[in-house]
Parts: sequence; structure tokens; C-alpha cells
Amino acid sequence: MKGIIAVYRREMGSYFVSPIAYIVIGLFLVVCGLFNYLILTSLIEQSVTAQMRSMQFGAPPAMDVPGLAIQNFMGVVSSIILFLLPMLTMGIYAEERKRGTMELLMTSPLTEFQIVLGKYFAALTLFVVMLAPTLIYQIIMSRYAEPGIPWGVLWSGYLGLLLLGGVLVALGTFISSLTESQIIAGVATFAVFLLLWVLDFGVKDSSSTWSDIVQYLSILRHYNDFSRGVIDTANVIFYLSLAAVGIFLTQRSLDSMRWRRA
Amino acid sequence: MIEVSHLTKSYGKNVAVNDISFDVSKGEILGFLGPNGAGKTTTMRILTGYLPATSGRARIAGFDVFEQSMEVRRRIGYLPENPPLYPDMDVQAYLEFVARIKGISGSDIASRVDHAMEMTNLKDHRAALIKRLSRGYKQRVGIAQAVVHNPDVVILDEPTVGLDPKQIIEVRKLIKGLAGEHTIILSTHILPEASQTCDRVVIINRGKIAAVDTPENLTTQLKGSERVHLEVRGEPEALRDTIEQIEGVMKLDIEPIDDSDNLKVTVESESGTDLRGKLAAAVVGKGMELLELKAVSLSLEDIFLQLTTEEGPSPKEVAVSA
Repeated sequence: MKGIIAVYRREMGSYFVSPIAYIVIGLFLVVCGLFNYLILTSLIEQSVTAQMRSMQFGAPPAMDVPGLAIQNFMGVVSSIILFLLPMLTMGIYAEERKRGTMELLMTSPLTEFQIVLGKYFAALTLFVVMLAPTLIYQIIMSRYAEPGIPWGVLWSGYLGLLLLGGVLVALGTFISSLTESQIIAGVATFAVFLLLWVLDFGVKDSSSTWSDIVQYLSILRHYNDFSRGVIDTANVIFYLSLAAVGIFLTQRSLDSMRWRRA
Repeated sequence: MIEVSHLTKSYGKNVAVNDISFDVSKGEILGFLGPNGAGKTTTMRILTGYLPATSGRARIAGFDVFEQSMEVRRRIGYLPENPPLYPDMDVQAYLEFVARIKGISGSDIASRVDHAMEMTNLKDHRAALIKRLSRGYKQRVGIAQAVVHNPDVVILDEPTVGLDPKQIIEVRKLIKGLAGEHTIILSTHILPEASQTCDRVVIINRGKIAAVDTPENLTTQLKGSERVHLEVRGEPEALRDTIEQIEGVMKLDIEPIDDSDNLKVTVESESGTDLRGKLAAAVVGKGMELLELKAVSLSLEDIFLQLTTEEGPSPKEVAVSA
């Protein structure tokens, strides 16, 4: 545990002295803010038209603007993090290998798991730090929303994001452990995430056995339930086990470095 | 303290370290001497547990480096060829981190880090970012990192490479100061360094040990012959006949010196003999002009070259990463 904490602390320290974390977080918040604005304005427009229509024809179509706003926003955020997380994870091991500090870690009385977990949780913490400010949007919205904000949907959405982030960080750190080059790690991670994203689109409407399998494996698909306010244990387990696989693979990758090294 | 027996490491067909055995006793400074690619770094990496050996055993403080790796890692400090530094950290934070991952308990960290900085003269630079330090100071941080947890064994891979002469002297002094309390293995391809800092030297070439001894013993023991240099003006053939008749001459080498009639002559004889008088008499007796005559003692450098440039497979075959 002490080893994990030591690695974790160093990792956190290094995030906040390098500009990359600030750039990624800044970019994330700008893009999120922009999308939040677009979603809100278009929803409000729609609800105004709907209201006018209901006044004309009688039947009032109740429109839950805050609920829809949250649902849409969560969907957008889940896509944005696919594109930004590679920047946070690409250097985690690649840099360490390039600087030669991997040699220090590997000759210290630390197990590979301690190294992997320390680094993993540090990256995940950074992800939470990145995500947290978006709660401000919701708090502001909650003060003016009519009907009130569906808090259940909000929290399940954030839980889903956290789990999704956990999987993506695990995959990203694994890819980073495979190469000495940050750029290669970044591009490869990005490519993998892009594939996950495209996969989700590609099989949306078909219904063969293959598409069922692909759909089941699609990371984003499992997120849809969360953004609708449904916390399904199957989804939680799906994400947790994927993250565990990523962490395990990273540990194997570090271990194999000893044998591959020439 | 360190026992290495029949250690072998091969990468596919390349044998980087071939059946190496040696012991190091407590408090000793052992020098690993050899040309680049000889297998020094590989041996050190095996000792630190960074690389597994293909076969053979190595024990540090009684613990097997492979099977009881964690115990060994607690007891060693290691400075790889490139100091493993985090450029964005300051010196003190970095050393605290290293102390922590080496398993030093929280209450001892401050004093251990202080002590390591004191030893390496880094106290004035404790708050400096590592990336802003000069090469020499980075090297010191590297050494401080290797001793911060007060390990039994300190392994230093080319600790003076890339330093200026003043820094080299400082680092050597620092290493000498560490001995006694710590057992030290250092590698180098610079001979004076081995002879000045080490108690014992292992000369390693193409993955094999060529010799193990104290620097002094190596010089005398391996100095199988006496050597005399002469400069003579005369006929090469006549000179050769003359010198070959002298009793005790083992090897004779005559070559003309450029742009003159002078000849450069190297005579080797059994150790303990002194042929200078006979040589002078013979040359002058034949009516040739003796311009210079001096006995040459073999330096560690000659021994090193002799040992490491023997006939054998081309160096390419063994040029695995050092």
C-alpha cells in the first residue's frame, strides 16, 4: 500500500507541473461548456415551439428540458473523453521508459502491481479533477430548472462516466506501457478509442449475431443506460472487469519488459 | 556480500555474459573494467534484478537476486548509466520519493534524505529543479538516489561518464568515501579510474572475465615480460642479426621511423631480466649509432589492451547493448 501511495503521489505531482494536464482539462471544459450551451439553447427553442403548439392544439406535450439536457450532455461528454484521454495516458509509461526511470522503479522493492495501481489511480484522479467542474453547470441549471433536475439521472450519468473513464484510462495506460514513444502511444490509444466509437455507430441498426456481439462489446453502448438514469449491475460489472483486464495487461506488460529487454 | 557463480545471459544467439564468477566482500570497491559492449551493464542489471539471468546464480547479502528479488532490491542502490531522474521534480522531493519507494519508513525519510544530500554536497541545491542542474550535479543526484536508503550494496554503472575532469575527481572522492560502510561495484572503461578507486578489478571482455585482482597485482602478475625501446641508426638486417644473438631476447620488432634512417626497435625479454646493458654494448659494438634506449614498464592500460584485443571472433558478434 505504501508503495502504491508513493507512486501515486509522485504521479499526481508530475501532472500538475507539466502543462499537458492543464491544457487537456482546459480544452475539455471549453468543449463541454460549448456543447452544454448548444444543447440548452436548442432544447429551450424546442420547448418553446412545443409549448406554442400545445396552446394551439390543446394536448400539452410535457417536455422535461432539464432531464433531456442532462441526458444529451452526458452522451456528448462520453464521446469527448474518448478523444481527450489518450493525451493524459500516453506518457504514463512511455515517458518513464524513455527517461530511464523505469529502471529505478523496477529495481526498487516495488511489485509491478504497486507501480501499475499507483499510476492507474493517479490518472483516474486526474480524470475526476477534469470532470468535476462540469458539475457546476448542473448546479447552475438546478437553480433555474422548471421542472427540477432529475438528480438520479445526473448521478447515474456521472457514475457511468467514472466507470467509462476507468476503462479508458486502463486501456490507455496499457498501450502506453507497450512503447517508449509518447507519440506512438498517443496515436495508438486514439486509434483504439476511435475504433470503439465507430463500432458503436456501425452496428446500431443491424441485428445479426455478429452485430449483437459487437454491440455487447461496444463500450459506449453500455453507457447509454447510465445516461438515462438506469444503473444496471451488468453494466457496472462489464466496466469494472474491462478496467481490471486493462490493469492486468499492464502488469503483464511491465513484467514482460524484463524478458524482452535486449 | 556478493557472490556470483557461473552467470550467463544470452539474447537469442548472442551471449552477452558468459559464465562469470566472482565474489565481493563487505566494504570493498570492485571495479568492472572492459570495453563498451563487454557485458558490464548486463551483469549489473542482473545483480539488481532488472534482468533475469539465463543461467547461473547471483546472491547479494545471502539472497538470490532472482528468487528473493524484493529482499535484494531493499539492500541495493543502483545508478544506471543514465541517472534515472525526473526532470520536473526538485532534488529533495525526488530523493524523498526514492526513499519512499525503497521502503524507508515515513519518520526516517527526512533524515535519510538530509544525509544523502550532505554526502553528495547537494544541500544548497535541494530546492532546484533537476532539469536545471548541470550534468555533474545530476550525476550527484543519481548517486544520492543510490545511497539514500543506506543500502548494503551500491552498484554504479559508469558513474563518471560525461563529467569534466574536476567533477570526475569529486565523484571518485565521493565513491571512495562510501566504501567501508557500503560494498560498491562500479563499472568503467577508463583505466586510471579503476586503478585509483577500486580495491579489486574484474577485467571483462566479450562477456567473459579476463582477469580478477588488485590493480597492483594485475600489473605485476600480467607483466610477463620486460620491454626495452631503442632508437638506432643503421642497417635493419645487421641490427636484427646482432640483437637476436643476445641471450634472453624473446621478441624483437624493428620498424623504420618515417623520414629518416632511424629504426625503432622493441625488445621483449623474460620478466626480471634487464637487457639494457647488453643491448647497448651489442649495438655500439657493431658500429651502429645508439640514439635512445629505455625500459618500458607495462601499464594497466597495456594489460587491458593485451587482454581485450586477443584474437577471437569479431567484436560485432558480441556487440550487444552494454
